[in-house]
Amino acid sequence: MQIGSRCDNIHVNYNFGVGMKIIVCVKQVLDTAAQIQIDNGSIVSPGSSRIINPYDEFAIEEAVCIKEKKPDTEITLLSLGPEGFKDSIKKALAMGADKAVHLMDDKFDGLDSYALARVLGRSIDKIPYDLILCGRQAVDVDSAQTGPALATFLGIPFVTVVTGIDFSDNFKSAKITRQVEGGSEVCVLPLPLLLTCQKGLNEPRLPSLKGIMAAKKKEVLTFSASDLDIDTLDMGDNRVIEENLWLPPERKEGIILQGTGDEISGELVRLLREEHKII
Amino acid sequence: MSVDCVLGVVIEHYHGETKPVSLEVLSAARKLADQISGKVIALCLCQSANLEANLFIQHGADKVLFLTHPDLQHYIHENYAFALLRLLEKSSFDYLLLPATNNGKELSAVLSAQLGVGVATDCIALSVNKEGYVEAVRPVSSGKAHSMVRFSGKKPHILSLRPNIFRSPPFSRQGETIEEKAHLPELSQRVQDLVIQVGSQLDITEARIVVSGGLGMQGPENFKLLEDLAEVLGGAVGASRPVVDNRWRDYSNQVGQTGRTVSPDLYFACGISGAVQHLAGMSSSGCIVAINSDPNAAIFSVADYGIVGDVIQVLPSLTREFKKILAL
Repeated sequence: MQIGSRCDNIHVNYNFGVGMKIIVCVKQVLDTAAQIQIDNGSIVSPGSSRIINPYDEFAIEEAVCIKEKKPDTEITLLSLGPEGFKDSIKKALAMGADKAVHLMDDKFDGLDSYALARVLGRSIDKIPYDLILCGRQAVDVDSAQTGPALATFLGIPFVTVVTGIDFSDNFKSAKITRQVEGGSEVCVLPLPLLLTCQKGLNEPRLPSLKGIMAAKKKEVLTFSASDLDIDTLDMGDNRVIEENLWLPPERKEGIILQGTGDEISGELVRLLREEHKII
Repeated sequence: MSVDCVLGVVIEHYHGETKPVSLEVLSAARKLADQISGKVIALCLCQSANLEANLFIQHGADKVLFLTHPDLQHYIHENYAFALLRLLEKSSFDYLLLPATNNGKELSAVLSAQLGVGVATDCIALSVNKEGYVEAVRPVSSGKAHSMVRFSGKKPHILSLRPNIFRSPPFSRQGETIEEKAHLPELSQRVQDLVIQVGSQLDITEARIVVSGGLGMQGPENFKLLEDLAEVLGGAVGASRPVVDNRWRDYSNQVGQTGRTVSPDLYFACGISGAVQHLAGMSSSGCIVAINSDPNAAIFSVADYGIVGDVIQVLPSLTREFKKILAL
């Protein structure tokens, strides 16, 4: 069977213990309110803050909600990025995650989603799990590939763009609602499972003062490329190469329609029909 | 004509209806194929060959391949991936194109991971470079920037295309249709329990006209005014993030960087101030009309036409005028 043939670690580290073990993948991104510029082929935004990828916040919140229902749950954050990512890791710990694994190495710079999923998959060799939660996409790269690629490498079922998770009483399976264009799909799947989380799943909490204090004592393990032995890993070797990055042309300022209400409406309808031929 | 290049297009369908975006992807593949002596094959995974093969040919397919199996009635990524991987073992494809829908994006990820090939998600422009290879432009940071990418390494190179960008009319042409039985593994538990609820509601990413409301709508009850206008125009109703956060509208209606990115022919921003996240999600629209009581609202800087006024007053008058001209 072809499917699963590229899996590195099928059936090696599912948890199946008493407590549920959840891994939440977290990426740090530029604040969505930031105005951006292009400098030397990269996006820059001087002075703008960095935030947890908004979709990853739904994943963190969901894990914390599960832990509230099932207190023997352990939540491990998994994040790949430079030193600055520690800010988001701390915030996610303050929201209620138990510990974090931070993958940090210059060799991880500029990985595409395939390579990123490979490295995340390798690190998960070291972490037992029943459930992996990701955001439905990172709002910087906007590829929506890493989560499903990771599940494929791990050889576990996945559901993307999830807006509802309803566990069975024993937490061994879950009824999952997934968003599709113009509707939704519902299916029931046994754990282990990877889900990519979409807005609508929950409302992420702000860290409490108590949470922020507690986060300071929580464990953050750091792994480098050599810790993960990535030289032995098929990283795909840059299969998609960015040739150019630019800001889209600004829309030219249009016209403000003048007149009485009905005159304006009539003129707009005429313009859309005669000039733009849309109506 | 000698064929140098084979482009496969994965057709998306629900309840026996082809998604319009699939026809767009076929048209886009056709345009590429014409530049590189390519052949376009529509890959239609379904229960039985009951979709309109002719429509696929008219939009650019040279060949329509129906891969049929009872379990291919609905899209399930495990089954689709399995059937496509089997196909790719025996036939070689240079490019594989899919719609950048939720289904298309996850399927591209599975195929890319299984095959070790590159994927460009959500492309908005395609071209062929001097060497005869396909290049793609894709938005990043929800369209705040555009990125041009090319592929290297193993084939097929995978591209998913954003809906509403590549529309092209059908034209009369010839093609062949083939049906093959697909082989799939045993039914998974997921297959048995899958319930698909896709209604008749037009999705905002697929609508030609989107009528969006912001906090200036003053309350959820006033969205009826937007629904009326959308109905007259055959469009869909969108919303800004604060509206969704206030629970006035469902999150699936949210336009912007943490919502959906839309590129309709016509976008109405009603009572929307124009936060940078919202602009990122809609500024690739064809024509933008903004209605806002604040003449300094940022939304006017991207609008083709602006109306300064109270949306609650303006909308009924607009709807009336559209009704008149459309003779409804």
